[in-house]
Amino acid sequence: MLSKKTRTRIILISFLLVVSILVVFVVLKSLEENVVYFFSPTELYNKEDISFNKKIRVGGLVKDGSIINNQTSINFIVTDLNNEIIVSYKGSLPNLFSEGKGVVAEGKLKDKKYFIADKILAKHDENYMPPEVNKILKKTKE
Amino acid sequence: MFKNFFPNKILSFSNKLLSFLIILMLLIVFVGLIYALFLSPPDFTQGDSVRIMYVHVPASFIALGCFGFMGIASICTLIFKIKVLPLMAKSLAPVGSVFALISIVTGSLWGKPTWGTWWVWDARLTSMLILFIFYIAYISVWKFVDNYEKANKVSSIIAIIGSLNLPVIKYSVDWWNTLHQTSSITLTSVPTIHYTMLIPLIIMLIGTILYTLIIFLMRYKTEIMKFKLDKRNKEN
Repeated sequence: MLSKKTRTRIILISFLLVVSILVVFVVLKSLEENVVYFFSPTELYNKEDISFNKKIRVGGLVKDGSIINNQTSINFIVTDLNNEIIVSYKGSLPNLFSEGKGVVAEGKLKDKKYFIADKILAKHDENYMPPEVNKILKKTKE
Repeated sequence: MFKNFFPNKILSFSNKLLSFLIILMLLIVFVGLIYALFLSPPDFTQGDSVRIMYVHVPASFIALGCFGFMGIASICTLIFKIKVLPLMAKSLAPVGSVFALISIVTGSLWGKPTWGTWWVWDARLTSMLILFIFYIAYISVWKFVDNYEKANKVSSIIAIIGSLNLPVIKYSVDWWNTLHQTSSITLTSVPTIHYTMLIPLIIMLIGTILYTLIIFLMRYKTEIMKFKLDKRNKEN
């Protein structure tokens, strides 16, 4: 059914495919730190090669009740429900930034517990629903 | 079924089918857009910005799907040397690339009011841009390489290598921390989109698939005629 030529080609292409997949896998694994867009507070906490001069990003949820508006800056806590980090930021915030919602802060670590951000992005999750449904969901949770 | 894609039947087959598909597609897209723009509710977080989803998601789906087909067709071309497969892949590339571009542009327009930025180099967005570049590379090879067999081989390899990017695009939001959110519709779990938004999304998806099929058939017909003409010219 399959000619010898076809069989050879199948073997050759399968081999090249497997090699390419391995190459892609190795490359992505080794570049992992550059591929992730942000670190969670726990990942930052556990990170060994932390540098306090490099620009990094931390992401998670804005802890409920943690937003404090100073005259000079706004402070809030980013949590991943395991670890937390305090973020300080001067500037305008995206519309979707709010308590209990996702956020990604870009800036520099002052120390392991304190992050100074120069850019804030809001991160929304994969849930989509009308406001009325959300109200009902919130009520049933209480 | 495969007989229908073979040259002699396709030229008459697609004329009758095409008109029907076009009317059907226009109806479905019209209904989908009415729901998307007016009848569906705003999102509890994003408000009316969410309506871009009804274009962005189908476009992304098609961009990935077309390249997937191109990849499979290219593997089969190199192994089995079936003559129609490169013509099929060639016919999918233009519409797939345009939807990849639409996905990126609508995504950007969606990102500004929601995330607060037009673009980030996270895994999802970057891999989509790479997909678009592979599309351009594929189309360019057919356009600028004169020898058919050479163009066929090189473009097939481009399609196969580019296909390795497809699982990266799809799972980027699961494998790494990304700004782009995880999938709302998966094969294994309940959708996290409320049905009042999911149904218009599915309508738009079906309409977009039909549109893609129509463009593919029109292009495929042209490619076959061109192929036959070139063959005849070479024989003379």
